[in-house]
Amino acid sequence: MPVEQRVLGNRVGPQVGSRRSSTSVFGNLDWFTVLIYFVLVALGWMNIYAVVYSPDNVVNIFSFDINSGKQLLWIGTGVILMIVLLVVDYKVYEHLAYPIYGAIILLLLFTLVVANPVAGSRSWLDLGGGIRLQPAELAKFATALAISKFLSNVSLRQQNMKDQMILAAITFLPAIIIILQNETGSALVFGAFILAFFREGMSPLILIIGGSAAAIFILTLLVPKLYLLLGIAALMGLAMFLDYRLMRRFKTMIALFVMVVGMVFSVDYFVNDVLQPHQQNRIKALINPEADPLGYGWNVTQSKIAIGSGGFWGKGFLEGTQTKFDFVPEQSTDFIFCTIGEEHGWVGSTILIALFLLLMMRIVYIAERQKSVFGRTYGYCVVSVIFFHFVINVGMTIGLAPVVGIPLPFFSYGGSSLWSFTILLFILLAIDANRNRELVRQ
Amino acid sequence: MNYLENRKYVIQAIFLVVGVVYALRLFYIQVVDSSYKQAAETNAIKTVIQYPFRGLIYDRNGELLVQNTPVYDLMIVPKEARNIDTLRLANMLDIPLEDARERFKKARAYSWVKPSIFQQMLSTQDFAHIQDNLIDFPGFYINARTARGYPHQSLGHALGYIAEISPKQLEDSTYAGYRPGDYIGKAGIEMAYEQYLMGKRGVKYKMVNVRGIDKGSFKDGAYDTLSIAGQNMVSTIDLDLQAYGEHLMNGAKGSIVAIEPKTGEILAYISAPFYDPNLFTGKDYGKNYMQLLQDPDKTMFNRPIMADQNPPGSIFKLTQALIALEDGVINPNTRYACNKSLVNCHPHPSPLDLRGAVQHSCNPWFFQAYKALINQGKSQNTFTDTSLGLKDWREHVLTFGFGKKLGIDIPGEKSGIIASTDLYDRVYGKNRWKYSTIYSLSIGQGELGVTPLQMANFMAVVANKGYYVTPHLIRSIGEDGKPLAENYERHYTSVKPHHFDPIIEGMAEVVRAGTGRKASLAKVGITVCGKTGTAQNPQGPDHAVFVAFAPMEDPKIAIAVYVEHGKWGGQSAAPIAGLMIEQYLTDTVTIKEQEKWVLSREYLNIKSK
Repeated sequence: MPVEQRVLGNRVGPQVGSRRSSTSVFGNLDWFTVLIYFVLVALGWMNIYAVVYSPDNVVNIFSFDINSGKQLLWIGTGVILMIVLLVVDYKVYEHLAYPIYGAIILLLLFTLVVANPVAGSRSWLDLGGGIRLQPAELAKFATALAISKFLSNVSLRQQNMKDQMILAAITFLPAIIIILQNETGSALVFGAFILAFFREGMSPLILIIGGSAAAIFILTLLVPKLYLLLGIAALMGLAMFLDYRLMRRFKTMIALFVMVVGMVFSVDYFVNDVLQPHQQNRIKALINPEADPLGYGWNVTQSKIAIGSGGFWGKGFLEGTQTKFDFVPEQSTDFIFCTIGEEHGWVGSTILIALFLLLMMRIVYIAERQKSVFGRTYGYCVVSVIFFHFVINVGMTIGLAPVVGIPLPFFSYGGSSLWSFTILLFILLAIDANRNRELVRQ
Repeated sequence: MNYLENRKYVIQAIFLVVGVVYALRLFYIQVVDSSYKQAAETNAIKTVIQYPFRGLIYDRNGELLVQNTPVYDLMIVPKEARNIDTLRLANMLDIPLEDARERFKKARAYSWVKPSIFQQMLSTQDFAHIQDNLIDFPGFYINARTARGYPHQSLGHALGYIAEISPKQLEDSTYAGYRPGDYIGKAGIEMAYEQYLMGKRGVKYKMVNVRGIDKGSFKDGAYDTLSIAGQNMVSTIDLDLQAYGEHLMNGAKGSIVAIEPKTGEILAYISAPFYDPNLFTGKDYGKNYMQLLQDPDKTMFNRPIMADQNPPGSIFKLTQALIALEDGVINPNTRYACNKSLVNCHPHPSPLDLRGAVQHSCNPWFFQAYKALINQGKSQNTFTDTSLGLKDWREHVLTFGFGKKLGIDIPGEKSGIIASTDLYDRVYGKNRWKYSTIYSLSIGQGELGVTPLQMANFMAVVANKGYYVTPHLIRSIGEDGKPLAENYERHYTSVKPHHFDPIIEGMAEVVRAGTGRKASLAKVGITVCGKTGTAQNPQGPDHAVFVAFAPMEDPKIAIAVYVEHGKWGGQSAAPIAGLMIEQYLTDTVTIKEQEKWVLSREYLNIKSK
């Protein structure tokens, strides 16, 4: 065993076992996460093939003429990318967090100015040679780095208004530019960092209020307003009855209820006058896709049909009819989950959900074992983004979430998306592999 | 620090809750709720009907009457039809520009992405021309299928035609297996034998994508069924005789029905004016159909079975005599004077016996014979007696196939009218009418209506001496060629066979030396038995009737010829009957002078009485 290694091991202290003492980043790599990553990527690739597969005209899965072949190219370059991310000095990520963030913000602005609109979106940067890049995807890891860097120096528990404003600015600046690029779906992802903030000491009230507001918003659309308000009043009454402390804050509760009433009655205004028509339709599709099955309800209806027709065991690999013949739009990208649902049934869908849960739990575990706040926060940022994509992407295909055009991590077709998630995850794994070099700072 | 670390459990709990909720939701969609599976099937699996070849129809000598010919529909997919030179397209299809625009609109209204028919039933020639130019018309393609075709121009009324099933039929449960756009027999044999001719459809399950584009067979065709071709049929028609009859009737109005007496097989079925059945197969089907429907000569009126408002005239005297013989009120030697005070007559020897009365068609003779038949003295009251007599008489008449549908195997047959006590009671009041009210029945006028088919059938009865077989157009179905039993049932009249002999002898005299001389085939050694008749027509010149059968010794053909406004049965109808009989029995025509006479239509110019 080389001397250097033993020296390092000594430096980090006795709590580190000898099997963790390898200097090689690959030796310390969390191979379990890497395994889940490759399983997801491989399954995604097979499903991308299933989407384009046609019994009339069988094209080899490796053919670059079809999406599965191209995806293989993205996977290959993704592997190179991950090796680069792992062998680069891990300190770079923390030290260069702000410069990377700044550069990406500039790239986003640059894209907004020069991009040729693609389907109304000004988010694609043409790199020539048919290769296009969506800088919004890169903004995720850059923002996560900047947030982590910022939070490693300040504490959210200390109710410092200025710090909170700066953190909000770091988080939402890229989101605003992305909304200007007309990619509202991608911008919503930045709201997911709230989970990381929560872990780092943000008041749980914000999470509760945010969650309640979202729930009230959705319920207002589904339930008659009077019943909804009566229900909320009853809940609040029950809470006050159960907790005498709330009783003493009677005026606050009344004020809160008035705010809820105001929100309930402003939802209609918001949906009809603030949202753009296509956004309104997504909301309507969530509430009642059958109202216009050929119009705004098309995606949701067709995707539910595809998934629902899969049954318990599914129709079998390449045997799907709904997902193959373009009934579900955006089949290889945003609606890839339909293919799983149709061809692999409830069993396959549930296994996929379990894989994502496993990955997310593992990332939480990895985040918690970091010694630096930077590493831990970054871990939670990563899991927040993956979780948000998972919730929305799977939710929209089964009618539980509005249709927001965001891909399923590691699974959906597309280079930008795959690279973005690879970068996001493997920076964490690089930091994690070197965590024993960090001194405990807290 | 620790209490913040516990927040990881909150976060993990959120993950878990979402995962469980999603798995439960999926379980509901995929396992519990089956409606999505049905929706998926209607979504992606299209059933494609495999149309069988419709059965062919041959004539009694094996000549093809109806076949299937390929036709081509020009289809359009509006979405793909971009930058179409509409004017050129209209010129190519030979339709007005507005029509072409209208069809574009219709196709778009039907579906933007699914194909619809732009032009139906292009002929092979049109197809070749259009196919060459199709490259300039994206979104258009040709769909080949088969339509009915006729190697001749005959027999339109009996064959009928096929056309797209009507919306009304689609609602009818009888046509449960049909879909919009299917072709179905609409008249004649095509309609009556639809179930045999259509064959059995096959079904192919095909997978289609969201635009309806074919993506191959479902489960490699495991659930597909093959179509089974419709059954071929042999008709009783003699195409040569049919064509010859149409040749003779060309330009005239009326009917010819020829029957083989022993079998009831219809040898010729002519309704003039007639039409070429091919008119109903091409792309101008609709136009042709409307034209025929509206023409003043009522071409679409299926005269042999539908013209039932005209009295039979003198040919009915034969029926009267037969019934009178059966009832024993006359015998072959009964003589009556030609008393013109009873009813008008024409000059001839008098008094006559039965044979002579038939030969000369003596009106007073039949007036008296019929009076004897009706007023048999069963009641002292002359009114009651007449009523009783008419009732008995009517029962006899119905056994000859008059006054009811004979049951020919094509739709649309009318029953005709035979005077009844009810009818007279209604018109004159009970016991308010007697023989002097109804005497015109004796000579075949008055409250009588007989279809040409019933007339020909009557001749078959006489030729068979007392029975008929329901006249029919189809002999056998399928490859075995076995005659259809239900078409060959004998129906006996109430008149015993031996009573027919004097009538037949009288009929032979009609042709040999009476009013039916123009039907004589004595030259070729064939004895034709016939009877002329004139159906009074208040609207214009009288209609001419001639019924006959031949040869007398062993009848092979019974025929009724009905010429509207033909005035004299002997002049117009008789020669046609003679010509038809000779054509059928000998395959040649020697009485050329009669043919010339018939074709000249000079009989139409004979001065009416």
